[in-house]
Amino acid sequence: MATEILMPALSPTMEEGTLAKWLVKEGDTVTSGDILAEIETDKATMEFEAVDEGIVGKILIAEGTEGVKVNTPIAVLVEEGEDASALPTAAPAAAAVTEAAPAAVEAPAPAAAPAAPVVDLSPDWPSDAEMKSETVREALRDAMAEEMRGDEDVYLMGEEVAEYQGAYKISQGLLDEFGPKRVIDTPITEHGFAGIAVGSAFGGLKPIVEFMTFNFAMQAIDHIINSAAKTLYMSGGQMGCPIVFRGPNGAAARVAAQHSQDYAAWYMQIPGLKVVMPYSAADAKGLLKSAIRDPNPVIFLENEILYGRSFDVPQVDDLTIPLGKARIWREGSDVTIVSFGIGMQFALEAADKLAEEGISAEVIDLRTIRPMDTGAIINSVMKTNRLVTVEEGWPQGSVGSYISSVVMQEAFDYLDAPVINCTGKDVPMPYAANLEKLALITTDEVIAAVKQVTYK
Amino acid sequence: MAARKTTKKPNVSAEELKTYYREMLLIRRFEEKAGQLYGMGLIGGFCHLYIGQEAVVVGLEAAAKEGDKRITSYRDHGHMLACGMEPGGVMAELTGRIGGLSKGKGGSMHMFSKEKHFYGGHGIVGAQVPLGAGLAFADKYKENGGVTFTYFGDGAANQGQVYETFNMAALWDLPVVFVIENNQYAMGTAQARSTSTKDIYHRGEAFGIPGEIVNGMDVLAVKEAGEKAVAHCRAGKGPYILEIKTYRYRGHSMSDPAKYRTREEVQKVREQSDPIEHVRELLLSGKHATEDDLKAIDKEIKEIVNQAAEFSKESPEPSVEELWTDIYA
Repeated sequence: MATEILMPALSPTMEEGTLAKWLVKEGDTVTSGDILAEIETDKATMEFEAVDEGIVGKILIAEGTEGVKVNTPIAVLVEEGEDASALPTAAPAAAAVTEAAPAAVEAPAPAAAPAAPVVDLSPDWPSDAEMKSETVREALRDAMAEEMRGDEDVYLMGEEVAEYQGAYKISQGLLDEFGPKRVIDTPITEHGFAGIAVGSAFGGLKPIVEFMTFNFAMQAIDHIINSAAKTLYMSGGQMGCPIVFRGPNGAAARVAAQHSQDYAAWYMQIPGLKVVMPYSAADAKGLLKSAIRDPNPVIFLENEILYGRSFDVPQVDDLTIPLGKARIWREGSDVTIVSFGIGMQFALEAADKLAEEGISAEVIDLRTIRPMDTGAIINSVMKTNRLVTVEEGWPQGSVGSYISSVVMQEAFDYLDAPVINCTGKDVPMPYAANLEKLALITTDEVIAAVKQVTYK
Repeated sequence: MAARKTTKKPNVSAEELKTYYREMLLIRRFEEKAGQLYGMGLIGGFCHLYIGQEAVVVGLEAAAKEGDKRITSYRDHGHMLACGMEPGGVMAELTGRIGGLSKGKGGSMHMFSKEKHFYGGHGIVGAQVPLGAGLAFADKYKENGGVTFTYFGDGAANQGQVYETFNMAALWDLPVVFVIENNQYAMGTAQARSTSTKDIYHRGEAFGIPGEIVNGMDVLAVKEAGEKAVAHCRAGKGPYILEIKTYRYRGHSMSDPAKYRTREEVQKVREQSDPIEHVRELLLSGKHATEDDLKAIDKEIKEIVNQAAEFSKESPEPSVEELWTDIYA
């Protein structure tokens, strides 16, 4: 039976091409793999191979023809004994367009007057729970130990996590309790061990990967984003990646530019990742336990300065805090201050001082940056009509700038002043003590921002 | 590359030999069809064909047992067919349809099958190497006796993460077979222009990982080497490297004019070392099959591939809702 040979698409962007040269003539026998013609695409000159066996019955497009549309018949292949002359001189058919019409996607309707979002305001633990002062360091260690006791598939991997007991002593005692099979010292090789941990999660384990600091995770970011975050989607939902990447993030003290970067805004951008950044010890514990149980990859951003700080932690069995739920630390009526991680220290200090001056600030700790509890922010802004965000990271593309855009779109009519984003300065972190102080966010800057938005 | 004439008498049954012939032919015809559908505009983006390298995956799958895992790069159609994934599901993924193995959301380079223990299909050169060692880490942790085949090319062998992985795989005795599919070209760069060593598996010696060169145009040689490597891993001796010398007949991807090598070079391999012709000759000269028997297999394969192509055209595009699913578990 005669078959038409069609003008091929030879690159992802080719729509038409030049039939530069025929390498066969009518009557030639061809087999699969023989070069039939040279075709110039938008990128290069390509050799076009035969797929089927047969005899070149008729050449429909002469060599040298330009602008031949993809899928136009260019020749006819016949079988032995078949009469080529009987074939109709095929008028070049209009290129068969195979694309389905794109499904209509409706533009989002312009926002009507915003309704108050539904926000989870339930308490994280019973109000009568006994409280005990613990450091963030102890809370993180306890969270890992409890989850490792409960699930054999959970293991901890990282540099110095086992015999050294953790570079920042977060994994103190874990090797003794769980042994070297489940508390694993790695070589200094972030790209490699992050990839191995992700592979082991595909294989059914639930790794906790400790980065000595998140600065070093830049070596591993390809596996965090391309391998961990995207695989569930790329596999059509078949293959998830339950993994926690944790470690100190942001500036410590006097360690200069390469060791002092806040990655909240970087990871916040990636669909498929969850991003957690706790401030208090209770939240660190409850959120880390939830992160370990979560079936998705979770970035858990800690802070070296907060490790040694003590907070009240409820003494309840199995303290978990849902990812994606903000916490209102302090209620207020004049302005909303939104922060997370160490930024909360400045937000809370500012709120205390502002109260002395008669300004009532509501302080929200996001705790989870992605998914973000924007409902809690909107709700608060609908009450206070003013918003200041506080973070350590750089200003361009900050977490605060995303919050500003959400509030603009969803609560514009409730704003009585432009939103101000308090951030770290737009410079690499300097070493000199005086310059470092200037580069970081301060309580005074938060106070000044609040006064600006409240016109005080 | 060794010519196929060097093969000694096959130490497998006629039935096994026929199975390898059938499986290699399926890959070749499937890939030819994929090339055709690409030409018709039904397949978009990047599409990397496996034609010429068929003996590598078919030989190694013959050395695997149920529960073993495999992971590879973006040149992955052959691996999926060899481990038993549905040709229709693979082809429909290439055409971006809901019947594809990733519901049309992964494409040629990103496909997976939990059922067949196929862990992708990875588009970042070399990324699958630590991921594969991680799968082996999980097997060792669970003490299930599984082995992971981690495939990568001669190009990926120059990625730093490969050597980070070699170090940890050896340090922790992970049951992983590192399969270097050396088709001699990293996209358009010949091995001699990119790689300081002639034989890449030697690099494993620095980490104490044993390895060997294998003739990748001879499915029986691949199977034999695979069995040795798997036995090493299952015995708890840690990783093993197989550097399998092979050749791809087509360009790096569909849009590669392949001007970095001569047509004669390709033609010579096709004529003298083709892995499918090799088995065909063994079957005929050993009187294990007649021309008619092989014609029947050819016909059967053509039918399977045509059905896969039909399915890939008829299966609808994913619904608009699919844009928003499978982001979080």
